[in-house]
Amino acid sequence: MIKKFVYSQKVAPYVFVLPFILIFLIFWFFPLVNSFVMSFQDRMLGQDPKWIGEANYSKLLTDKVFLTAIKNSVVYMLGTLVLLIPLPMLFAVMINSKLMMGREFFKSSFFLPALTSVAVAGTIFRLTFGEMEGSLMNSFLGLFGIDPIKFLKDGNWSMAALLILACWRWTGVNMLYYLSGLKSIDNEYYEAASIDGASAWQKFRTITMPLLKPTTVYVTTISVYAGLAMFTESLMMFNGNNSPKNIGLTIVGYLYRQGIEQNKLGYAAAVGIVLLVIAMVINLTQLKFSGMFKKEED
Amino acid sequence: MGRSQTRSDFISRIVIICLFIVLFVIIMIPFYAVALSSFKPGESLVRYGLNLSLDFEIMSFDNFIYLFTGQHDYFVWFWNSMILTIAQVVLTLFVSAFVAYGFAAYDFKGKNFLFICVLLIMMVPFEILLVPLYSLINDLGMVNSYSAIILPGIANAATIFFFRQYLRSIPKEIIQSGRVDGANEYAIYFRLIMPIMKPSFAAMAILNGMNSWNNLLWPFMVLGDQSKYTLPIGLKTLLTPYGNNYDLLIVGSFFSIIPIFILFIAFQKYFIDGMTAGAVKG
Repeated sequence: MIKKFVYSQKVAPYVFVLPFILIFLIFWFFPLVNSFVMSFQDRMLGQDPKWIGEANYSKLLTDKVFLTAIKNSVVYMLGTLVLLIPLPMLFAVMINSKLMMGREFFKSSFFLPALTSVAVAGTIFRLTFGEMEGSLMNSFLGLFGIDPIKFLKDGNWSMAALLILACWRWTGVNMLYYLSGLKSIDNEYYEAASIDGASAWQKFRTITMPLLKPTTVYVTTISVYAGLAMFTESLMMFNGNNSPKNIGLTIVGYLYRQGIEQNKLGYAAAVGIVLLVIAMVINLTQLKFSGMFKKEED
Repeated sequence: MGRSQTRSDFISRIVIICLFIVLFVIIMIPFYAVALSSFKPGESLVRYGLNLSLDFEIMSFDNFIYLFTGQHDYFVWFWNSMILTIAQVVLTLFVSAFVAYGFAAYDFKGKNFLFICVLLIMMVPFEILLVPLYSLINDLGMVNSYSAIILPGIANAATIFFFRQYLRSIPKEIIQSGRVDGANEYAIYFRLIMPIMKPSFAAMAILNGMNSWNNLLWPFMVLGDQSKYTLPIGLKTLLTPYGNNYDLLIVGSFFSIIPIFILFIAFQKYFIDGMTAGAVKG
């Protein structure tokens, strides 16, 4: 009887998606709701929660360290957008052009940094940006007569170091996204433009860029997400969650500090909710302005 | 006109190729520096950081000898990472593909709503769940266990999404013919559909494997017991506020990339398929 029920064509789809429903409810929906509830509480692991209303949020508004964390995360995110969208797009167009040689070789070698773990990549860059005269970056700058820089003690330099790390790891991946976007552009457009005497730049601006828009929207969305949620890169670069004057502190770093290191679960949950709201607002605005919602029915 | 065209093509070609060679060198420098430094004593790293100097006087195989014969947990971490990665990949693929088939093959009440939930997971930063998820696994008594690392991700949204896209290209007639032959819904999936999904399994196995092998934050929070540390956590613990074990760190880092490199060289196509899935609609 039960067997017949489970085997019926009406019930089977629910059996198939059941694991998702369970995991979604237990490990995603419940923690998310819990996070929301916790953000209105004063709460520590293993103790009874105390309801305190919006006190965590009003405290966050005046929390200077939190504002530093937001600033760092937003600057990092904007930096990755400015660097990791136009350049990979351009590289993809170049590597795709008929003038290019050794395409497969460059494609795969640019991908290699993405294979490294953040633990390894962070270590490599921590040592590259060492403050000593002989470290990789300083000895390079020394060639131009520039004095050694203490990269990880100055806010602007350490942000630059974090962004260089991001570029090193993700340029190749974003380039791959653009290459697969380029594959879907019909060659006829370019032929027609050539007949009209369009220059390479005109073709890029009027054909390639607009037709790559779905890819750009996708890359922007994941970059906003990843940029705002950055934490482990900074954790590795500064050898822990503490950096001089919090120059490397990100929103998730602050959440981790409050929730895990100091056991202030309620306050950390409020940080998480603020991060969620920022990420949602930016991404939904971005998706709305790029007209992605209209195209969703397929 | 024709001649000046070929000449400007020739110049563009030179410029593009030179640019790519320069980029290639920049991208490779860190790998080269790490490979080079793994032959240098730790104190040299403390004093000079990573650098490109080929100083044969101080270079030796000492670090490698230490890696393979010294008293440390490196190979325990390595083994743990292997076990965790394999378990995570097998379970994630099995469950995610099962779920994806449900989405791709059937029309049922609530399907759209559930699929929106899949997309939602992809849009919300996992990091905001760190605290409630940690307190949940604490309540469930799962701290320090690999299941706490594996379970939350076994119905992986991005993997479900990829499998669903792939399954939509499989003709519905296969399912119909299975039914005509009297197979039940699950037999159709396991006997007819799963074999067809092999290439997509390969792509997702590799991408999930890479992510699992490299994952740091969540395992770091879950695992308190040193004997359970994975490779990224172990490498992280070599950097301490009281001094850094660079001898092991640098050669250990170098060695930890090698399995993924070999996988990549062997299965490039699948890496790229997995990576670009969902990027472009179609």
